[in-house]
Amino acid sequence: MKDIAIQVINFSHFYGQQPSLKNINLDIYRGEILGIIGPARSGKSTFLTCLNRLNDLIPGSRVSGKILIDGLDIYQPEVDVAALRRRLGMVFATPVPLPMSIYDNVAFGPRLQGQTDRQKLDRLVEDCLDKAGLWAEVKDRLKTSALKLSGGQQQRLCLARVLALKPEYILLDEPTSGLDPISTMKIEATLRLLKKDYTIILVTNNTKQAARVADRTAFFLMGELIEVDETEIIFTRPSDKRTENYIEGKFG
Amino acid sequence: MIRPKPNDRLIRLSLLTVALTAITVLAVITIFIFEQGLPVMVKYGLKNFLFGQDWYPSEKSFGLLPMIVGSLLVTLGALLIGVPLGLASAIFLTEFSSRRLSRLLKPVFELLAGIPSVVYGFLGLMFLVPFIRENLGGPGLSVLAASIILGIMILPTIISISIDSIRAVPDSYREGSIALGATKWQTVRMVVLPAARSGLVAGIILGMGRAIGETMAVIMVAGNAADLPASWLAPVRTLTSNIALEMAYASGEHRQALFATGVVLFVIIMILNFLANLAARKQSGR
Amino acid sequence: MKTKFRLKPRAEQKVVRFFLYFLTSVAILVLVFILVVILKNGLPQLSLEFLTKNPAHMGKEGGIFSTIVATIYLTFIALLVATPLGVGTAIYLTEYTFEGKVTRIIRFGAECLAGIPSIIFGLFGFILFVTKLKFGWSILSGGLTLAFMVLPTIIRTSEEAIKSVPAAYRLVSYSLGSTRWQTVTRVVLPSAAPGIVTGVILSIGRSIGETAAVIFTAGSALRLPSSIFSSARTMSVHFYILAREGISMSKAYGTAAVLVIAILLINIVTYYLMSKYISRTSPE
Repeated sequence: MKDIAIQVINFSHFYGQQPSLKNINLDIYRGEILGIIGPARSGKSTFLTCLNRLNDLIPGSRVSGKILIDGLDIYQPEVDVAALRRRLGMVFATPVPLPMSIYDNVAFGPRLQGQTDRQKLDRLVEDCLDKAGLWAEVKDRLKTSALKLSGGQQQRLCLARVLALKPEYILLDEPTSGLDPISTMKIEATLRLLKKDYTIILVTNNTKQAARVADRTAFFLMGELIEVDETEIIFTRPSDKRTENYIEGKFG
Repeated sequence: MIRPKPNDRLIRLSLLTVALTAITVLAVITIFIFEQGLPVMVKYGLKNFLFGQDWYPSEKSFGLLPMIVGSLLVTLGALLIGVPLGLASAIFLTEFSSRRLSRLLKPVFELLAGIPSVVYGFLGLMFLVPFIRENLGGPGLSVLAASIILGIMILPTIISISIDSIRAVPDSYREGSIALGATKWQTVRMVVLPAARSGLVAGIILGMGRAIGETMAVIMVAGNAADLPASWLAPVRTLTSNIALEMAYASGEHRQALFATGVVLFVIIMILNFLANLAARKQSGR
Repeated sequence: MKTKFRLKPRAEQKVVRFFLYFLTSVAILVLVFILVVILKNGLPQLSLEFLTKNPAHMGKEGGIFSTIVATIYLTFIALLVATPLGVGTAIYLTEYTFEGKVTRIIRFGAECLAGIPSIIFGLFGFILFVTKLKFGWSILSGGLTLAFMVLPTIIRTSEEAIKSVPAAYRLVSYSLGSTRWQTVTRVVLPSAAPGIVTGVILSIGRSIGETAAVIFTAGSALRLPSSIFSSARTMSVHFYILAREGISMSKAYGTAAVLVIAILLINIVTYYLMSKYISRTSPE
């Protein structure tokens, strides 16, 4: 009944000899928000970069096992990495607007694809900024530098930039870690709205955020997936002692 | 989503080809200079070339000793003038001057580096040479004149590299020394300069390379007599000037002998490059 | 035992400070002297006629128009060749490979090339372009020789500029589905542009001022060059010949003034670009 979108099978990742993800098995369902929690350096961010193969850029990075996205093994050599990354848009922990205008930031992805039609771009930029909840704040200064926005605005811009890719999946790597509570709230509200169109994987160092937003939650520890279940179950009656300890704030 | 991507490979390959230009040019230069210069060296004997004192190309006498000695002398002279001035300026700018002053002066030295060498030579010819002739004697065109001009010309090299290596010394060293009650100068002398030593040496060696390799400025002020100079006030001919002076009309073995001069110069420069590299690596390795 | 004369540390510092002041002043005075002498003697020679008339009677009369044209041609060719090669090398070194044997060899080549005296470049250009490739003494031969001479400068400045582009920009660009080449052309190069331009401008300065490498490759014909295969005399070479052969000291000063003003302008532009660049890349 549940539609499996991403299948992670016996997947491990290494930096040089050091394993950073150990034998992960995980199914991600279409249309859900999967929260990933765990202490620092538990491998949760690495897991995200394995899904869109950004880890390819790091020297000494190596994987074993399989990740199937809609049935396609993404670590086959023939996979077009750029196309893969467009399907799995990613938002990073610190907002990184490229040094260009707000408009150009959002239009960056479509333009890579060869989109030059001014009207289509205009519409797309407005649409994505609107979905990311930023349109009202910036509509009069689209041509100004994106570096002039506040931190919260920058992060919503990054989200809009990802939406402009028309991705199927959105990967978020601690997207609110540097933001104030109000900006965080705005982003969380946006994520709930986006859920109906996208499958969202949200890595967060804030367990409460997972509890607020995620349908299911996975707990990572030292490169291992300890358990994954409905968010409510993870937060009320986890099956592993370590999950319970982490959620109760005993470590991490 | 699956699609071959030959583009990236092609681009990488073309960029690699482009990136190999520098080393290729270096190889081609080496091959050409040696190809042209070696045969005549072998024919007349390496010893006669390097230690022969007579340069009479029309009589097939190709002794390079006066030019080798000349190059070394003017370089030594340039170092005697350029190193104290350069180091002093670098120390002053990094450790003793206000931030504003050093920001004002840095472009001044960069400008000094940008002025064409012929301009230096010309001013040497117009002012320095007559000054030496009238006050110290001799023809004025001399080892001394060449040394002074070269000393000034290598200043920017020495200053900018010294500044970089002094700046690279961590501030914690200075703070540690000041905290122990040392004065600023004691700190500089006993902590900063020793820590920056390799970088300073690299700068001096590079300046030396510039002095040995300089041509036009030297030709204009050195007098260019192909004899061993008897004193600081005697005219002198360097390896570079030897090439530049005669290249325009030389042919046959004479031209080859000029390339042989290039070989000697090339070898000296390579040794200096190697030493500078070694020194620079030592600094960054710390 | 301690009979050696020693200053107290404070006094010693004062002496040293004075000494450093003095030596630095000497270095600065030299520069001021050069500028003042050249401009004082050269500026009176400058006129529209001097800049727009060709030299006559070996340069004794007339202006320096043909040498200005030759200098511009030569510099243009040098940079046309050296800029893509240098920037391409820098892109390869920073974006397309990891540090290893190949990068070490490439860097070694560039470093050695940077240390080679211009007269050796002159010999090389003479053999390769003038003789073997039969370009003769020409703007093309001179321009290509200069190109290889300034190549290391462009490689080094471009590499530094590219390295100073934040890694996060690249990561973002890749994550948005760009290929390596798209990342380079749309994100890295625009951000590094001021630094790269600075290197190119410095190279223009070096090309304008070079004499030894040019005189044996481009020759010293005074005519207005008609094509890239014409022999031509640049300003520096013209100045050298005027001064060394004692043809006309006043014309020599005039030519030197034009050279020095050009170099001054180049330095000012570079400085302006650099300060703009630094203020843009540093926070706030």
